[in-house]
Amino acid sequence: MDAIVVEGLKKIYRSGWPGRQGVTALAGLSLSVQVGEIYGFLGPNGSGKTTTLKILVGLIRATTGKAQVLGKPVGEVAVRRRLGFLPESPYFYDYLTAEEFLAFYGQLAGLNRSDLNIRINHLLELVGLAEARRRQLRMFSKGMLQRVGLAQALIHDPELVILDEPMSGLDPIGRKQVRDLILSLREKGKTVFFSTHIIPDVEMICDRVGIIVKGQLLASGRVDELVSHGHTHSVEVVCEGVSTDQLKTQVKDVTRMLQQGRRCLIVLDNAGQLENVLGVIRSQGGTLVSVTPQKGSLEELFILQNELHSVV
Amino acid sequence: MWRVGVIAVNTFRENLRDKILYNLLFFALLLIGMSVILADLTIAEQKKIVSDMGLAAINIVGLIIAIFVGIGLVNKEIERRTVYTIMARPISRSQFILGKYLGLVLTLFVNVMVMLGVFLGTLWMDQVPIHGAVFQAVELIFIELLLVTALALFFSTFSSTTLSAIMTLGLYVVGHLTGDLKGLAEKSPSEFVKAVVTGLYYLCPNLELLNVKGQAASGIAVALSYQWLATAYGLVYASLLLAGACLIFQRRDF
Repeated sequence: MDAIVVEGLKKIYRSGWPGRQGVTALAGLSLSVQVGEIYGFLGPNGSGKTTTLKILVGLIRATTGKAQVLGKPVGEVAVRRRLGFLPESPYFYDYLTAEEFLAFYGQLAGLNRSDLNIRINHLLELVGLAEARRRQLRMFSKGMLQRVGLAQALIHDPELVILDEPMSGLDPIGRKQVRDLILSLREKGKTVFFSTHIIPDVEMICDRVGIIVKGQLLASGRVDELVSHGHTHSVEVVCEGVSTDQLKTQVKDVTRMLQQGRRCLIVLDNAGQLENVLGVIRSQGGTLVSVTPQKGSLEELFILQNELHSVV
Repeated sequence: MWRVGVIAVNTFRENLRDKILYNLLFFALLLIGMSVILADLTIAEQKKIVSDMGLAAINIVGLIIAIFVGIGLVNKEIERRTVYTIMARPISRSQFILGKYLGLVLTLFVNVMVMLGVFLGTLWMDQVPIHGAVFQAVELIFIELLLVTALALFFSTFSSTTLSAIMTLGLYVVGHLTGDLKGLAEKSPSEFVKAVVTGLYYLCPNLELLNVKGQAASGIAVALSYQWLATAYGLVYASLLLAGACLIFQRRDF
């Protein structure tokens, strides 16, 4: 079952002046996110990530196209009871204490007083803000605001969590905490859909990823599937007791060769040459230490897709 | 309705923490200071002036809050992007508008009640008799504040803070001059001008209808039927503005 279904979504921001052309933020975007998965929505700045997320939570309306969340059309008030949202660089009511802030959002979600207290205590512990519970948000650092923002998104224990750049502005420890939190949500069967332009975060935790450029989804799938398609794999071979001079004469397509003492590193662009290299090592009486296939990275794919689309 | 209440209470709390009620201190000092200064006047003049000034002060202080907090009710939420997380909750846009409005109305109510208390205290200290007319005037001041708040909120759903302030203030002034508009329509030889001005007369809020401060200061009460009619007029007008604000807000992108 799909938690999010988007089909042919188009959004054109009208210009304030008649006759002047609007700005196309989404140009026929289609994607789906399955229940229980972590889906990373990757794209450069201005690619349409935030616009997509805003449409999904009902903050803006699509010009054309269809979008469904948890089986209901976006914009339906009742469905928002089942989803949590954290916007990018959030600003909150800074006159509230962390406790009051979470109580406010919990009440809006319809939680009763006793459930609310339990959830507030649990979430403040979870995001590491239990000691700051009676402090006004105006005294919070950016990282603390991001964490209390995450807590508000989760206050009503939603089935679907939509996060816009949840790791932005966080230090490495904060980013790890958020990653762990997202992973723990998946363990509880929740669906997480988050946008980012920080590629390592996506590689580390996402089940599937979508790459959006100029309002269009250019690639979508599992990270390992995406990086293995359309990429030339390289292979690293480490051996001992073989001279690089001998290898150079007998093996073609060697990208790089390094000799360090008895040990030799061979990088092949073409994996088909591997058998040939291994044969040469054996025939020279050398010892094979390791063979490591080097997969393409998501970053390479991201840059490639971006460049391809810019050319088109 | 529960969610409207949650938004309203939060708006009231915001007003409290933004120290809006500090204006009450200013109001109290103004009334007490005035009472001391006027001590040299004859008893009859002093009574009338204290009543007049007290009611005018309640009106002006309330009006400043209604306009300047009212125009920021929605705009501030959009500019600061706090609206993002609220609208992502199971709350309709109309509930949000209504909640924000009622939050400010609650603030104004507390304000007016405290100001009324201080005013009555001043009258008592100055041995000015307290007539029922004073309460009638304060009730209609409050209705005017409800209407002006709705006006400010209405404009703030589609225009900037500055523009909303200008339009609200403009309509407030015109609202107190509707009698002149009617006179102008009657005297104009041009049918076109007559039609436009008559249209404006019916479209603009007739705020003079809610102004009985002059009679109240002299201890003259207005008929109860008049008071009910004026109250109903103010409430219906404010409700129409709120409905308009909800309609416009429904269509907004954030």
